[in-house]
Amino acid sequence: MEVTQVLLNAQSIDGAVRKTAEESLKQFQEQNLPGFLLSLSVELANEEKPVETRKLAGLILKNALDAKEQHRKFELVQRWLSLDTNAKSQIKACLLKTLSSPVSDARSTASQVIAKVAGIELPQKQWPELISLLLSNVHQLPAHAKQATLETLGYMCEEVSPDVIDQDQVNKILTAVVQGMSASEGNTDVRLAATRALYNALGFAQANFSNDMERDYIMRVVCEATLSPEVRIRQAAFECLVSISSTYYEKLAPYIQDIFNITAKAVREDEEPVSLQAIEFWSSICDEEIDILEEYGSDFTGDSDIPCFYFIKQALPALVPMLLETLLKQEEDQDQDEGAWNIAMAGGTCLGLVARTVGDDIVPLVVPFIEENITKPDWRQREAATYAFGSILEGPSPEKLLSLVNVALTFMLSALTKDPNSHVKDTTAWALGRIFEFLHGSAVDSPIITQANCQQIVTVLLQSMKDTPNVAEKACGALYFLAQGYEEVGPSSPLTPFFQEIVQSLLTVTHREDAGESRLRTAAYETLNEVVRCSTDETASLVLQLVPVIMMELHNTLEGQKLSSDEREKQSELQGLLCGCLQVIIQKLGSSEPTKYVFMQYADQIMGLFLRVFACRSATVHEEAMLAIGALAYATGPDFAKYMPEFYRYLEMGLQNFEEYQVCAVTVGVVGDISRAIEEKIVPYCDGIMTQLLKNLSSNQLHRSVKPPIFSCFGDIALAVGEYFEKYLMWAMSALQSAAELSTHTAGDDELTEYTNSLRNGILEAYSGVFQGFKNSPKTQLLIPYASHILQFLDSIYIEKDMDDVVMKTAIGVLGDLADTLGSHAGSLIQQSPSSKDFLNECLSSEDLMIKESAEWAKLAISRAISV
Amino acid sequence: MAPHDLRRPFKRAAISDQQKRRELSLLRQEQNRRDAQQQARCLASSILSLQSPVPESEPEQSDIELETAPEIEKESGTLSKDLDVPRASKLRGPEVRKWFARQLMLPEWMIDVPDRLSQDWYVYARPAGKRCFVVSSNGTTVSRQRNGSILHHFPSALPAGAKTRDSSGSGQSYCILDCIFHELDQTYYVIDMVCWNGYSLYDCTSEFRFFWLNSKIEESAYTGVVPYVKDGLLFYNKHAHYQTGNTPLVLVWKDENCSQYVIDTDSKGEIPSQQQVVLELQDNGKLVTSDDPPVLFGYLDGDIIQKSGLHSGNLLRFAVSDGGLSFVDGKLDKADLNYLGKANRGRAFADSYSKVVFQFTVRHSPLKIDDLLASINSPDDQEKKPCDVEMVG
Repeated sequence: MEVTQVLLNAQSIDGAVRKTAEESLKQFQEQNLPGFLLSLSVELANEEKPVETRKLAGLILKNALDAKEQHRKFELVQRWLSLDTNAKSQIKACLLKTLSSPVSDARSTASQVIAKVAGIELPQKQWPELISLLLSNVHQLPAHAKQATLETLGYMCEEVSPDVIDQDQVNKILTAVVQGMSASEGNTDVRLAATRALYNALGFAQANFSNDMERDYIMRVVCEATLSPEVRIRQAAFECLVSISSTYYEKLAPYIQDIFNITAKAVREDEEPVSLQAIEFWSSICDEEIDILEEYGSDFTGDSDIPCFYFIKQALPALVPMLLETLLKQEEDQDQDEGAWNIAMAGGTCLGLVARTVGDDIVPLVVPFIEENITKPDWRQREAATYAFGSILEGPSPEKLLSLVNVALTFMLSALTKDPNSHVKDTTAWALGRIFEFLHGSAVDSPIITQANCQQIVTVLLQSMKDTPNVAEKACGALYFLAQGYEEVGPSSPLTPFFQEIVQSLLTVTHREDAGESRLRTAAYETLNEVVRCSTDETASLVLQLVPVIMMELHNTLEGQKLSSDEREKQSELQGLLCGCLQVIIQKLGSSEPTKYVFMQYADQIMGLFLRVFACRSATVHEEAMLAIGALAYATGPDFAKYMPEFYRYLEMGLQNFEEYQVCAVTVGVVGDISRAIEEKIVPYCDGIMTQLLKNLSSNQLHRSVKPPIFSCFGDIALAVGEYFEKYLMWAMSALQSAAELSTHTAGDDELTEYTNSLRNGILEAYSGVFQGFKNSPKTQLLIPYASHILQFLDSIYIEKDMDDVVMKTAIGVLGDLADTLGSHAGSLIQQSPSSKDFLNECLSSEDLMIKESAEWAKLAISRAISV
Repeated sequence: MAPHDLRRPFKRAAISDQQKRRELSLLRQEQNRRDAQQQARCLASSILSLQSPVPESEPEQSDIELETAPEIEKESGTLSKDLDVPRASKLRGPEVRKWFARQLMLPEWMIDVPDRLSQDWYVYARPAGKRCFVVSSNGTTVSRQRNGSILHHFPSALPAGAKTRDSSGSGQSYCILDCIFHELDQTYYVIDMVCWNGYSLYDCTSEFRFFWLNSKIEESAYTGVVPYVKDGLLFYNKHAHYQTGNTPLVLVWKDENCSQYVIDTDSKGEIPSQQQVVLELQDNGKLVTSDDPPVLFGYLDGDIIQKSGLHSGNLLRFAVSDGGLSFVDGKLDKADLNYLGKANRGRAFADSYSKVVFQFTVRHSPLKIDDLLASINSPDDQEKKPCDVEMVG
């Protein structure tokens, strides 16, 4: 088959020609895959062919090896591995040959394809000669081939994981790459390719970074490359430094002074892409030190993994002035541009991270800058001063900030109304929000907001909500944190007198024609939510009045017919906000009997609206509507059963939504809500629900975070339906048993330990639900066979000593449930179990009240079981 | 290798309100779960002292039950819904055959295409062979044919299917699988599951039962290659429970492409020139099918009854004569039958109505695979699904 013409046709502007070409490519592929891939690689390698067809041939090859979607990717990998070896060798030979093509596009395409093949074959111990083939004569190669070889090594390091390549091969790769980067390399393209390759190869260099001499050499070459005359090389070299800062933080001490000098020069003098990377180096160091300090507090012991070197603290006197300078380099209109990222933004962000890293020490270094610039006629100076102020509010102690903030508050309130510059107002509103977020609330001893200034604050913020969308959005944000600070204020809130006005203003904002800009509408609804959440009984009647208002808004979104996909997306987003708002209101009103009673008059209508929201979509369910329904089920109780016939299909749809696993997780939670609400009336739907939940558990497509809640949900259902659960008992128990075996040990990182504990908790909640559900039923005996396994599970997780408090509380409860439900049958087993007694005693003396409470109950149940 | 994006959130709160709503929901759910659990724990618990399991090995006691149990069933004429295998396994002789014969779910024959075939029904190719129950209990496994007679006796890996030293296979444990025994490779193909390890799946929908049998039902049952000889297609309604006797929620359909046995053969394996049916003789000479309620096909002349010494309950064989079967409004109106004699002794039941009609239509105007496919693709089915239509005019 003549692929050249077909490949040309596949890029034709004539749709019909293109379609025919794509069809015949597809046919060729289906009829003879090895032949197809081989002819593509021949095309790519053939110097006589046009560059477009060579590139396309390479691209199709690449897509035949890799896909974004995991299952598809796996299929492609298997397909390649099972391909005829002879064809594969010929393809690989063509690819390697192309690396020395004079045509740069062909070379670069071949690099990427080789990396994909390597990504498949190297982990299988196939193509072992690749790396030596690439490196064998790298020194004698003409520049263009050398560049392609280095690029290939870079892509390859991106594709494969470090454990796949032997250390001596890693050494060879690094040697070639670092030599290619060094100043002695005359060719710019080669040096750039080498620098970019190093970025990907850094993860392979663990051993080399532990060797002083090798590390020194690598660091020297990287630092030299930051001074290259070529801007792209400088940028790539700084990217390497950023990566090194997080991968090899503990090795940086000898170089940090030099790096500071290099970065300071780049921040002040270099082109923006380079200076942004230079700032990022310090932000990344902050990230590292914040993590270390959060984990270990201030005292380090011998067994701390990585000590804090306090690079930021040491660099502070020079670092802060450098960052403050960047703040004055704002772009006009950066606040209206969502994609904006410039040196002022990067510097400001870094300043905030520095404040979090060093705390109080930053304050005296920044205050003079604020004082000097805050009243200057140039808006850039006022804005920079305001930003500097806002960025140091998180980190330093409230005591350190209090006097500064008290002065600043009055000034900011006035600036928000009077400053002529929108940029300044935007940052001022943001800084006010930061004050309320970090220095207002029950946790702060001396209140910033008093009866005297509360009125003024509210008035100014509501006024600002009429400003340009970006300023209004920040004002909403400030109000959000103002409300949040009063969350635990007690029966009477200082915001009560303004409640109605606040709600009215927020609703007005949502109706602004420009509310779609700067995510203003979203901010307004989120603020409304927080205002409702933090409201007190004094304003309950006003919250009730809000119900029909939001319902009407939701109803209005359902009117549109024949929407374009763009309009559909907007409709869905708005429905999300309104369902979210209703969810908050339902939860608020449902939490006290009198308001719940009045609210219930709307329940039918609200449920009707939610069902219509679901009906707007064909294949997926609306997450926010699902969350709201959970809240509604809780408020409605047994009456919710009447909605089930209509609602069930959406519930099922939600449980089947593997792609948006959040939706699936939320739906699983709602099944729990409904089980508790309608109890045995859920029985008619249990076959479908249990089937789907068991399917979900056995799927490897579903995000693992959904699995623990599924187990908890078994418990919810079992508790709700009691002995009717019998019919699922064996399946549920066998799923629980295999999960229990998997979750006994937590070997792995913190994240895995956390996950394992959440899995344990889910499993144990399921056991609790099942045992309590069967209590006092004639079928209790069905549970006896499972008791010893559960006790073994409890024993083994007790012995592991890595339970978190939540698991401990649930686990001791399960021990009680066993005794409570099985009585004497469990009593002897518990007495025989090696660690039940120790576990119980440990829980009884726990300082955690919930653990203690569960343990007291378990003790009672066990003593009754044993005494029988 | 393009430069890496290093933008960080700017002037943004670290957590979104949506995330907060999710988390608050989770908190509320945790709280509610705790409350529900707490409430359950505080319910007075009557610490149960379960009696030790009834000794299984007291022959006298079980022998008594053995005699009476099937009698009761026979008299009342109803099928026991809950199947008591430990008890049934002690039945002997004809009683046990009768008992098991009543436990199978028997498919009706597909004489017209059900609605929503593509949505509500599972389909798979039925293996050619003997329909049987495979029952494991008390350390042995027995397969029983449709008429209740034993096909094989063997140890198996099923729970309680073999004698092991493992004490877990208690007398409580047993399995019943609905199978077809495929002679060619001496394999039992499981087509449905009734009980597993002592748990009854009777009340579960087939959607639930099949999840455990096989997670994915063969979609191209008709054309697809299967490792056994096909004998027609079985259609299972997703929502159907396992039910003993004839059920319209499981349907069998066949044509020459997917079965060697489309038209019934006689005892010599030859297709008789006229269709033959087996009907049950009832009082007053009524001839009925095995359906519940039975369908009346006609009356047998009193002379013949007397001459041949027939009595109520006999299964009789008839040929369908040239008058054939005639239908009015989809119901049987007249059947032109010719008495041939008593049915084979191995028969446990008369033919079902759907079988007779299917065999009749196969000989005259069969339901074709194209009719089934047409139903799946019919506009009636599609209308119920939302679909995007690209406008061209």
